[in-house]
Amino acid sequence: MTEKVLMKGNEAIAEAAIKAGCRHYFGYPITPQTEIAAYMAKRMPKIDGVFLQAESEIAAINMVYGVSATGKRVMTSSSSPGIALKSEGLSYLAGADLPALVVNVQRGGPGLGGIQPSQSDYFQATKAGGHGDFKMIVLAPSSVQEMADLTIKGFDLADKYRMTSMILADGTMGQMMEPVEIKENAEINTYDKSWAVTGTECKRQHNIVNSLYLKPELLEKVNVERYERYKQIEENEVMYEEFMMDDAEICVVAFGIAARISQNAIVEARKQGIKVGMIRPITLWPFPKKPLLAAADKVKRFISVELSMGQMIDDIKLATECKKPIDLCTRVGGMIPSPEEVLAKIIEANGGNN
Amino acid sequence: MKRITLFAGHYGSGKTSIAVSYAKYLKKNGKDVKIIDLDIVNPYFRTKDSEADLKECGIELISSEYANTNLDAPALPKEIYSAICNKDFYLVIDVGGDDRGAVALGRYAPDISNEDYEMLFVANCYRPLTKTAEDAFEIMKEIEIASKLPFTAIVNNSNIGDATATQDIINSVEYIKDLSKISGLPIKMTTSVKETDVENNFIIELQSKYYAV
Repeated sequence: MTEKVLMKGNEAIAEAAIKAGCRHYFGYPITPQTEIAAYMAKRMPKIDGVFLQAESEIAAINMVYGVSATGKRVMTSSSSPGIALKSEGLSYLAGADLPALVVNVQRGGPGLGGIQPSQSDYFQATKAGGHGDFKMIVLAPSSVQEMADLTIKGFDLADKYRMTSMILADGTMGQMMEPVEIKENAEINTYDKSWAVTGTECKRQHNIVNSLYLKPELLEKVNVERYERYKQIEENEVMYEEFMMDDAEICVVAFGIAARISQNAIVEARKQGIKVGMIRPITLWPFPKKPLLAAADKVKRFISVELSMGQMIDDIKLATECKKPIDLCTRVGGMIPSPEEVLAKIIEANGGNN
Repeated sequence: MKRITLFAGHYGSGKTSIAVSYAKYLKKNGKDVKIIDLDIVNPYFRTKDSEADLKECGIELISSEYANTNLDAPALPKEIYSAICNKDFYLVIDVGGDDRGAVALGRYAPDISNEDYEMLFVANCYRPLTKTAEDAFEIMKEIEIASKLPFTAIVNNSNIGDATATQDIINSVEYIKDLSKISGLPIKMTTSVKETDVENNFIIELQSKYYAV
């Protein structure tokens, strides 16, 4: 049975996590993601789950480490400055090959920044989640429905590859309300967790969950093995959406809230006869390199629309091997470009003609 | 109608939209109206966002002078006290969501109790945490404890945003009747998709293009 409800993006994440079998949430309040914690505080006690407001973000991520080591589905959520605090824990989770779901409802930075939406943690999420060589699967929802769907997907991918999945949302996605359908009693996918520390009952060897490898030969080996797994993910788990790309001469690349705004601008540009389309990365890591490279042979220009000073644009350059020029269309600091601003950029990229 | 009308309920239930619409409705009917933004919990959506719209309608907004500024301090303006006691105009109060948001109301409870007032619980059965009458009643009780004021009536604002169909609202009738029965409170208003859907002449245009009775 599927029921239609009206939810904030933050609530959709929380409810979807519960539907995915998550019964452990550890967090610390910060705008604009606090509804995730507030929702969990209300729901978890009713379903025999654990909601715990930790003393800090750092404590929360280490609680996630502990629960994950026992093989249970677990999550935490925060917003930009709070995710920065969690970065040590994110690295430890990666070093111990532990699955977890971490949500970043981004706000403007750096520093305390502001509380309004931003996408300026792109580098942090895709390249610099913490110290050492590691990756996180980074999922970028662009509707409240996707906030729910990608949360469930995120738990599955985390378990499948024994790593952190991050939902990279922003203040708008977290706060906006839309109708959502979340399947009741949907089957929860289960994965082999024979590595978990659940008590041996004197029937097997001890499992050890650890990120400390003092022998360099061994540390090199686990790093190389981990990157073999990352290769599989890049091969198999890329998600993206194409919009009006068939005959496009200009390709907008945008994710999350920026993709929604861009879509409106593209529809308007098409009315004016401009052949423009969009590639919307849904996974920011693994980045949709292949479709972008393919597009580079067809289109004249790219436009990266993002709420940062220009971060994803670097990945577009790498993916397209700099075959075509790329413009940047952006607002920062909590400001969001209007569809008209994006349209103006599209017209400009079209040679100023519409 | 009472001189003071308070809207409280679960966060995201539509309190602010209804409070703004109700203030406009009073104004259209020739009343002098002021509106108080008592939501000092959620800095994202608040009455303050409608300031220009309200000003155009000639409705004075009383809100924290720090709202939407660089200092997001949860401060309450001194004008609230005088507005509650001044019988020269009607007053609409937009309370923050849930019990946490209603705490700020507590300090004014003794003053409001002495006035001609009504406190309305805004309910939406399509919000996951108030989807049953029992769930909604639980939040209602929590708000009453936090605000130290009892509710006097219920508003049915059951909707799923732009996707709301008339049938969705018809489907919510049983829910709101149940809530009325459990709480012992009358149903004061309901949302509807089209103005013609309601047979009462007491119609309020809601921000989200729904109408309430």
